[in-house]
Amino acid sequence: MPPLSAVAFLALAALTLGSAGIVAFSKNIIHSSLALLGTFMGIAGLYITLSADFLAATQILVYVGGTLTLILFAVMLTSRIEDMKVSNPRAGLPAAFGLVTVVLLVLGKVATQTAWPTEARSVVPSTAKLGHAFLGEYLLPFEVGSVVLLGAMIGAVVLARRAVKRTWEKE
Amino acid sequence: MEIGLVHYLTVAAVLFGLGLVTVMTRKNAVGILLGVELILNAAALNFVAFNHFVAGGIAGQVFTVFIIVLAAAEAAIALAIVLQVYRNYRSIMADRLTALKN
Repeated sequence: MPPLSAVAFLALAALTLGSAGIVAFSKNIIHSSLALLGTFMGIAGLYITLSADFLAATQILVYVGGTLTLILFAVMLTSRIEDMKVSNPRAGLPAAFGLVTVVLLVLGKVATQTAWPTEARSVVPSTAKLGHAFLGEYLLPFEVGSVVLLGAMIGAVVLARRAVKRTWEKE
Repeated sequence: MEIGLVHYLTVAAVLFGLGLVTVMTRKNAVGILLGVELILNAAALNFVAFNHFVAGGIAGQVFTVFIIVLAAAEAAIALAIVLQVYRNYRSIMADRLTALKN
């Protein structure tokens, strides 16, 4: 019987990569978008096993609650329902597989050949440390990040609104 | 079986590869965006894994928060652009957007 942490890791990794496979290879854009949910959940679970509990909650709140909803809205607004079966066509699969094989070989060589100075650390909550870091050492990047989000929000509203002139604007 | 750094790196590398395949082969613009999300998540997972096993401290998690922030901003802007493209072309397949060809 392997230890519980190994079982949890393998289950989460299988969930993550299985859903990512559906995202990459499904012919239906709705299936691809919904499979992204499994990937985000799996990544959030992996964060917990890496003692990043705040990041796991953020991952679910931001990605599942925000980004995924946004993506589903975009899919509904841009695809016609009748041709949904092949709404996500693809091309150039052999070239992509060739490049990805090369990339994975390089990554695998680097990851296994390098002598990483790893230490065994216990899994402890890290939210308090993260909060202190954000209000101390990383205060300026934190504020810049909020300005970036405000800019992105205004930009998205300006881009997505309908460019219709109302009658009182035409005069 | 002891779960170590290399296991997490393997998961992140495969996730990155799947994201790369998605970005390179999809014609649907929303499909391409899904691939970008996979790639960003793989990078964030690497940051957290290295933070836990090698660096210690908290810096890797801070970087992951910034990755999440930028990914949310990117998704909002990109989907707004996709909506505008759909309004102009009645399609968001990347090979149909040929107004700048020739």
